Amino acid sequence: MTSAGDAVARLVRDEGTRVLATLVRVTGSVDLAEDAVQDAVVRALETWPRDGVPANPRGWLLVAARRRAVDVVRREAKRLGKEADAMPAIDPHPDPVSVRDDLLRLVFTCCHPALSLDAQVALALRTLGGLSTAEVARGLLVPEATMAKRLTRAKQKIAQARIPYRVPSSSELPSRLSGVAATVYLIFNEGYTGRESLQAEAIRLARLLASLMPDEPTALGLLALVLLQDARRPARFVAGAPVLLADQDRSAWDFELIKEGVELVGAGLRRTPTTPNPYVVQAAIAACHDLSPSYADTNWNAVISWYDVLLSIQDTAVVRLNRAAAVAERDGPSAALALVDGLPDLADYPWWHASRAELLHRLGSGAAFEALERAVETGLPDAHAAQLRARMESENPERNARGFGESG
Amino acid sequence: MPQYAAIIYASDVDPTRPEAADMMKDYNEFHDGAQAVIRGGAALYPTATATTVRVTGGKGGDIVTSDGPYAETKEALTGFYLLECADLDEAVKRAAQIPGAWDGAIEVRPVVDFGK
Repeated sequence: MTSAGDAVARLVRDEGTRVLATLVRVTGSVDLAEDAVQDAVVRALETWPRDGVPANPRGWLLVAARRRAVDVVRREAKRLGKEADAMPAIDPHPDPVSVRDDLLRLVFTCCHPALSLDAQVALALRTLGGLSTAEVARGLLVPEATMAKRLTRAKQKIAQARIPYRVPSSSELPSRLSGVAATVYLIFNEGYTGRESLQAEAIRLARLLASLMPDEPTALGLLALVLLQDARRPARFVAGAPVLLADQDRSAWDFELIKEGVELVGAGLRRTPTTPNPYVVQAAIAACHDLSPSYADTNWNAVISWYDVLLSIQDTAVVRLNRAAAVAERDGPSAALALVDGLPDLADYPWWHASRAELLHRLGSGAAFEALERAVETGLPDAHAAQLRARMESENPERNARGFGESG
Repeated sequence: MPQYAAIIYASDVDPTRPEAADMMKDYNEFHDGAQAVIRGGAALYPTATATTVRVTGGKGGDIVTSDGPYAETKEALTGFYLLECADLDEAVKRAAQIPGAWDGAIEVRPVVDFGK
């Protein structure tokens, strides 16, 4: 019974997003569709374990959800003393292609440029990731009430301003796709500090985009990037503590994902031979690390060359900072420190201070501890700060007396 | 079909003055191209002529009038159009054709349809 219940719950969850996508199209309202699908899911969880799973579970959920939506619309119309708008019929046997299109339309609706990026990420997590408002709030590190307000506002704007539920035309696609890709990558990064369910959802969205736009370098590069980073996940944490790339057990990496990611990098580069796509280039950097048998054997020349390519299309201080970390490995810490110190406007960026701390430590400078304190003050995640601190203290035992720990 | 107010925030000029002739040429071009969706609209006199009205204490409360526009920034509310478009994407596309969007900004706001 329990295992049957589990199987049903899994099935309902898998089908839920697809049914939601179709119902948003039919009703034109994310709120109404969510309510109706939730109701249908509850009914399914009540009846399926007892009566057996219907032959067409998705069709069953669609019909049940539509019935609920019609009821809600009728009740609301009656309350306002109006005629209910006729709701378009839905096909309980939708073909897989139109379902995939519904999902894609939902992705583009959630990631519409008329919504703030905050709202885009939240809405995509909520509707496409199937996370509860509380989970989304936790994942994005905001209070639940704030998140609830943000989601309500986003859904209201979709309904009142009539944000269209459609896949943009091919001429608009490049500009829209970049927003969608940025949202998916943000979702992935939110999960990077240990929230694996967020990463799984981001990868699912990236796969969806790549399968629906197999010729778009951004879609290919995004999928490659998240797969090549996710491949290291089995070795990234030991007993809950993050493990640096240099110290990871590479035999634990997922080589199936690495293979798939590397092929996608190739496909992405073939489609953009002259000006590579930034996601493809970042994926190429990740591939350099994933394909190296050990940290010491990393081809730093290749890594730095890819960073130079990335700088030619996306010259930001953060990219320069990451490039400097590779320069430290090839040319030594003082060459890298000169590059890092030459970067303006990163005084509020914890990873800039953490990089300085790391390089100063390697140079044997006591200023390393001050840099780490600044990194903590500007928001370096606790686990990373503790790890860096522990290493600096163990390699510099005479510094222990300074009572460095209290700032964390 | 939904309607949108395209509210124009641009540099504060009096469109009835002769020096605004060039600008009006661009607006006339916009009119010719967007005739199918324009349902109304108006150009406004400069912000110096504006009065802001507030009612303190809610409905029926004291009327407080003050000189000047509601929020003064580099750009000012210089006019608006009422556009009838299929959805926000079309409204945004049209708004981007309004000359004020080129050196100012257009706020696109859905209009409430009380008849529905």
